[in-house]
Amino acid sequence: MTPRTRPPTGFSTDAAGLAGAVDTENAAARYDITIADTGERYSCAGHQSLLAGMEQLGRKGIPIGCRCGGCGICKIAILEGEVRIQKMSRAQVSAEEEAQGVVLACRVRPLSAIRLRVLGKMHRAVCGPTTPLIPNPFQSNLAP
Amino acid sequence: MAIKGVLRPGFIQIRVLDMGEALVHYLDRIGLHQVSREADGRVYLKGWDEFDHHSIILREADSPGVDLMAFRVMDDAALTEFEMRVKDWGLSVEQVPAGEQPGVGRRIGFEIPSGHRIELYAEIARAEHHPPIVNPDVWHDLPHGMGATRFDHALLYGPHVDQVMHFFVEALDFSLAEQVMMPDGLLAIWLSCGNKAHDIAFVKHPEPGKLHHISFFLESWHDVGRAADIIARYNISLDIGPTRHGITRGQTIYFFDPSGNRNEVFAGGYTYYPDNPTRTWNEQELGKAIFYYEKALNERFLGVVT
Repeated sequence: MTPRTRPPTGFSTDAAGLAGAVDTENAAARYDITIADTGERYSCAGHQSLLAGMEQLGRKGIPIGCRCGGCGICKIAILEGEVRIQKMSRAQVSAEEEAQGVVLACRVRPLSAIRLRVLGKMHRAVCGPTTPLIPNPFQSNLAP
Repeated sequence: MAIKGVLRPGFIQIRVLDMGEALVHYLDRIGLHQVSREADGRVYLKGWDEFDHHSIILREADSPGVDLMAFRVMDDAALTEFEMRVKDWGLSVEQVPAGEQPGVGRRIGFEIPSGHRIELYAEIARAEHHPPIVNPDVWHDLPHGMGATRFDHALLYGPHVDQVMHFFVEALDFSLAEQVMMPDGLLAIWLSCGNKAHDIAFVKHPEPGKLHHISFFLESWHDVGRAADIIARYNISLDIGPTRHGITRGQTIYFFDPSGNRNEVFAGGYTYYPDNPTRTWNEQELGKAIFYYEKALNERFLGVVT
């Protein structure tokens, strides 16, 4: 069989292989996040999305969907504070909404302490009583 | 059995928010190969074990989801016959000229009652880098990433699932391999045009035209475990798994692409013949039907779509 020369079609041009990994900008900073609906508070690093910061600590309040800006489940309103916004589905958040501080929690990173309100579709199902039935020793009220 | 008429799922066109991130995901992680990038920005991909020119098309857009799913039919005469049958069933048919996608002949397209665009075509070029044919090795190049062999099927969400079932069975000669029947009627259907337990599936949902997942076939349960390692290592957004479905018996893991489109890689699943009875799940065993081991419904898995 004649050897075939083939372009490296199997791989993207992401030579470092870092796409999809956490971004490192503002990684050292940590901010207090307050979910106004429930009073839940947690600490989120500056390089993490508000959703990832909550989920990593095993906290609840913002519903978790695709985590990639597509499904709209984690829709929130920023009541106080500054965020960095990444691209998210326009079918879920219009430009007008975004201008008013409505975003997807998986696509925004904190630049300050944040107060937010949950708007997502699974809000009622997820935002039940926040007192756990069994105390979890791995969850303090505000992780260091 | 001889498969006639509709042969198999051919390709699916998916919208992504960022093409660069999508290519890292679908090429490096899932293990597809890039065929071409065309002037309109669409990028064409295929699995290592597929002969046809492409099976996945990525289109950058401001919202994720599915543009269309297309099936290959036996030949041009079959395409002409299906065009008449689709019209007779009551759908209007649009002609797509040859070459609208590279390597693909003329297509017909129509919107089914769930709000999804389905297309049929007969001709597609053989991929330049196809599986070996003469004294064929298992593969030519070492599979990479999750090693996805092929685009296998899609699960779509939309209204009028009962009408969709009738359309695929009556107009396109699919068989209903499996169904979920609730007290208020048909909730979900798994349709086969060949020997697989499903080639396309639908779940009843109020919003039309939604995508639940696109699925890629792996060689073994072991490969599903390796896919889980890749998902963990590269911080890919995990949905659920590794686990097994009662429905179709597939061994599976679900995750999201960087735009939030759900992906599945799976192995196994039973062999289906068109004279098999339709397998039916009811409300009492719905947990087992969806996740055979956990036996519990998962709100994110059932509710999150693009």
